[in-house]
Amino acid sequence: MANYKKLLIEPLRKTNPVTVLVLGICSCLAVTAQLKPALVMGASVTVVTALSNFIISLLRKGIPNRIRIIVQLVVVATLVIMIDQFLKAFAYDVSKQLSVYVGLIITNCIIMGRLEAFALSHNPRESFLDGLGNGLGYSVILFIVAFFRELLGSGTLLGYQVIPQTFYEAGYQNNGLMILPPMALIVVGVIIWIQRTRHPEMQDSNNN
Amino acid sequence: MFNNLRHFIDKIKPNFVEGGKFAWLQSTFEAFETFAFTPNRVTKRGCHVRDAVDLKRAMITVVIALVPAMLFGMWNIGYQTSLHTTNWPYELGTTASWWYCLWFGFLRMLPMLAVSYIVGLGIEFTFAQIRQHEVNEGFLVTGFIIPMIVPVTTPLWQLALATAFAVIIGKEVFGGTGMNFLNPALVARAFLFFAYPTRMSGDNVWIANDLWGTDAITSATPLAELAAGIRPSASALDLFIGTIPGSTCETSVIAILLGAIILLLTGIASWRIMLSVVLGGGLIGLLFNAIGTNEYMQLPFYYHYLIGGFMFGAVFMATDPVTAAQTNIGKWIYGLLIGIFAVMLRVINPAYPEGMMLSILLMNCFAPLIDHCVVARNIKMRQKRAILQHKTTTR
Repeated sequence: MANYKKLLIEPLRKTNPVTVLVLGICSCLAVTAQLKPALVMGASVTVVTALSNFIISLLRKGIPNRIRIIVQLVVVATLVIMIDQFLKAFAYDVSKQLSVYVGLIITNCIIMGRLEAFALSHNPRESFLDGLGNGLGYSVILFIVAFFRELLGSGTLLGYQVIPQTFYEAGYQNNGLMILPPMALIVVGVIIWIQRTRHPEMQDSNNN
Repeated sequence: MFNNLRHFIDKIKPNFVEGGKFAWLQSTFEAFETFAFTPNRVTKRGCHVRDAVDLKRAMITVVIALVPAMLFGMWNIGYQTSLHTTNWPYELGTTASWWYCLWFGFLRMLPMLAVSYIVGLGIEFTFAQIRQHEVNEGFLVTGFIIPMIVPVTTPLWQLALATAFAVIIGKEVFGGTGMNFLNPALVARAFLFFAYPTRMSGDNVWIANDLWGTDAITSATPLAELAAGIRPSASALDLFIGTIPGSTCETSVIAILLGAIILLLTGIASWRIMLSVVLGGGLIGLLFNAIGTNEYMQLPFYYHYLIGGFMFGAVFMATDPVTAAQTNIGKWIYGLLIGIFAVMLRVINPAYPEGMMLSILLMNCFAPLIDHCVVARNIKMRQKRAILQHKTTTR
């Protein structure tokens, strides 16, 4: 039982796919200017990672080694298309905002990484939890980055104005740099910085 | 007086060394001591080459070189306001008005300088203390330059934010002075430029309306006029002297050249970089003259030196010893490309009226690559020569 819990919790902290493995950075830059698309993106990736991990783990004994990448791609692509159709049907505005990035989940390194590194060698239950944990780890970072970018860049959260009007009248201005993609990279960098300062054992040694 | 200070420092020193009461403030103490006096430590073992001028003394020389531009900038702040405001207390052209211009500008610059130094040095000292380093002296110059390259109406809180960003993200994350690959003062300006574009460009930021407020008087800079396709209204002589609206202290080419002379005589800045930036800008300016399809391209090439921050960038920013190329050939390439890109951005891209900031930052990124290529080429050449020599001697 403790093992299952670890599979779910560790990717949120010390094996975080974004801040430790530095995977999935591209979508992190693209969808985090506002909180809402970031949340939807996080949820979509979580669903895809968890389910694809589960399905590949079920099939793992039947997949010939030489064509495993193709099989993985078929599974992931199917799931991504389902998610895309689902968003178009039930959350059309967000789907519009995310545009091509939902389709690009298929190229998200986290998914392929987990399939190759974990699902092919573990049972379905563990694989499902691992996928769920990694998806959540990705979502957490997306949430933090999008929170700061929307708050400082637009003065809103989930589209509602948070910074009071009196601030603006006193001369406060939204930070336009926060809307630009480079700032997402800098915010991720700062998160990594804080994380490694708090856990010195995670720092790379200099003498390698 | 200096003896008294020395005496006082020696008296309190035991408190700050290891085991003393305030040992945790060691870096802070060390910073002030070496600021006041050249350190008296000598190298104990082995063979070292030590320059008589340490980093703090070199930085002070740069600050002295910046002073003419700063003084002229202060006067110009007041002068520009006096030309446009309706309630200037003195009659224009009188001695009293001249002095009041300087005083007005001084009062506008003082809070900006104070904010830049307090925020920047505060962060520097904190980091040095946490990391148990000596306090880095690079910020003496950076803190002086930041208020010089922003519009006079920049709100102080934005300046503080930009300074903090420049020091933390531009410098400290890479390990402090000497480790940064971007010029911190330009990082601060770039931050303001992208974060608060309405405060950093356009016609409504360059001239202060009154002594304290952030209100501005509308007036186009020569760069803005050119971007709109008009020849600058100011004469070449005005542009050279610097009596034009612009960022606080970069308008006067004369004052900047004075600073350049100081830097070159003391050998602090590289003449290769300064010369090559100017050459690069001139070359591309001549090329545009030859094409000449619009007003901006037909602009005589030397105008590019006179408008905007070209000269300030060439003399004080491109020559930053940390972020520039280190090899001599590398310096030529680095400088030429800065000049070329700066003028190219100005003329071709209307979204960025001033190309100097972006071109220096871009070349800062490439400086290590340039150095690498120069060194690799040198090694290859020498190897070839050695092999050749070997062949001839063994034949």
